[in-house]
Amino acid sequence: MSKPYVRPMPADWWLRRGSYLLFMLRELSSVFVALYVLELLCVADRSRGGPAALETFFTALQSPGWILFHSVVLAFALLHTITWFNLTPQAIDVRLGEEKVPAVLVAGANYAAWIVVSVVLGWILLRH
Amino acid sequence: MAKSNEPIVWSLFSAGGVITAFLVPALILILGLAVPLGCVKLNYDYLARLLHYPLARLVLFVLVFLPLFHWAHRFRFTLVDLGLKKLAGPIAFLCYGSAIAGTVVAAVVLWQM
Repeated sequence: MSKPYVRPMPADWWLRRGSYLLFMLRELSSVFVALYVLELLCVADRSRGGPAALETFFTALQSPGWILFHSVVLAFALLHTITWFNLTPQAIDVRLGEEKVPAVLVAGANYAAWIVVSVVLGWILLRH
Repeated sequence: MAKSNEPIVWSLFSAGGVITAFLVPALILILGLAVPLGCVKLNYDYLARLLHYPLARLVLFVLVFLPLFHWAHRFRFTLVDLGLKKLAGPIAFLCYGSAIAGTVVAAVVLWQM
């Protein structure tokens, strides 16, 4: 049996169209999110040294390098959230009786829940 | 039908995508930018106490372990899409292996707190 033909693909295919580049950036977002959750694990580890150790850690984050890194993480995290919610209506078929719930409503429900979750999270973290 | 790991890794990918979408933007905005830039103040006594609640540690564990598997799944296919098709096997092994290693480290760190 002869091997099936696989069309060769140039390594820079993802630079050739805006939508391909956006796809690649979305995939790349997972790298930055993974790095950030590992940073959160470091915060948890530092908390063994008590409040003073935590304060030292967060004071160090004031340096421009950290601010830049966190700005990049935020941009990628938002890209992930937006692309994820916008794809939800395609991944889940929500129906009310026979009627398909419009995609805008399914995505909209996600955005609304996201805002509520973010506010609650902020409230928990910043309580005094 | 042949048995496959696909449903497991896909479920982890999906759960990681959901938890990342809902929690990470607020976390990075508050802890990574607003606090270091002085827009809001953290109460470090409170935060240290909060992190010692078993429930908080469980949430942290889930928040670390699922996004790691989400990364592994995405990164694996991204590398293959970039033309490393011949290395697909070792890439999958390294990606999921790293996620498993990270999960073990997270479990140990959070358990010892």
